[in-house]
Amino acid sequence: MRVLLGLLMAAWTTAAALAVEPGERLDDPALEARARAISAELRCLVCQNQSLDDSSAELAHDLRMLIRERLKAGDSNEQVRQFLVRRYGDFILLKPPLQPDTYLLWFGPPALLLLGAAGVALYLRRRNRIAEGVPAPLTPEERRKLAKLLREDR
Amino acid sequence: MTLRRLLFLLPSAVFAGLLGYFVVALLNAEKRGPSELPSAMLDQPAPDFALKGLGDKPGFARGDLSGQVVLVNFFASWCLPCRAEHPLLTRLAATAGVPLYGIDYKDKPADAERFLGQYGSPFRAVGVDPEGRLGIDFGITGVPETFLIDKSGKIRFHRAQPLTPEAIDKEILPLVQALQKS
Repeated sequence: MRVLLGLLMAAWTTAAALAVEPGERLDDPALEARARAISAELRCLVCQNQSLDDSSAELAHDLRMLIRERLKAGDSNEQVRQFLVRRYGDFILLKPPLQPDTYLLWFGPPALLLLGAAGVALYLRRRNRIAEGVPAPLTPEERRKLAKLLREDR
Repeated sequence: MTLRRLLFLLPSAVFAGLLGYFVVALLNAEKRGPSELPSAMLDQPAPDFALKGLGDKPGFARGDLSGQVVLVNFFASWCLPCRAEHPLLTRLAATAGVPLYGIDYKDKPADAERFLGQYGSPFRAVGVDPEGRLGIDFGITGVPETFLIDKSGKIRFHRAQPLTPEAIDKEILPLVQALQKS
């Protein structure tokens, strides 16, 4: 059991360590940094909750190599991203783009928060007014009764 | 007063709406598999390529496909689901009246030749993609994957899973017939 656990741990750590392989790195540190930044924001399509930078899947390796090749050929970061989005769709972007079909995703939660805050503010304002004991203005009926009582007193 | 009462119902209504949406989305995900995604290549022109063949056999290029409706299947000898899919491809090639082209993905040519020698080749031609570059251009995430390309060279169907008899009968064959007529 313990051996098995040890083997599993070893497999796990080597897998993580292998993600960006030494052989993949570019000689130019600036280009390599850009490649790392791009691949950290892209999804590995095999293990879908890992980034390309973290994944040791073979497709991730191929895509990392491709990113470096495009950068060496002079592509901008955005051009590299678009190159992959054309082939794999927006799903490859770990951060969803801001566009009409994602407005609900981006603005939905803040809108709900604002709506809730407005509700709470309204409720508190009303509750405070009651607590402060500001009397409600008299209705015409009450006013008539009051006038009558005052007249009787005289 | 009624307006205020309606306002109290609002949170429940929003919750019910969300719940309904999630239920529908979950049931749909069940049908097509939770990690199954719409293909970005659908209705896009197929990428350009010219592939070498296996051994001394000729490969094929994108130009060879134009003017006809074709199925393109990515496979590899090392891929078990491809072996499982193979009899379906053989049946499809024999009966469907649509040419099948194979792309041998990240494979050793000798292994692929042995694979096709052993099980028979359903393909009109096989091209090799040793680095998997064409696979990336087609937007595949593994093997086997199958594409249906129309006469104008546009991708009209993409299945990122092994074929099944249902997928062939219900999706591919009707689409092939419709595209061949047009």
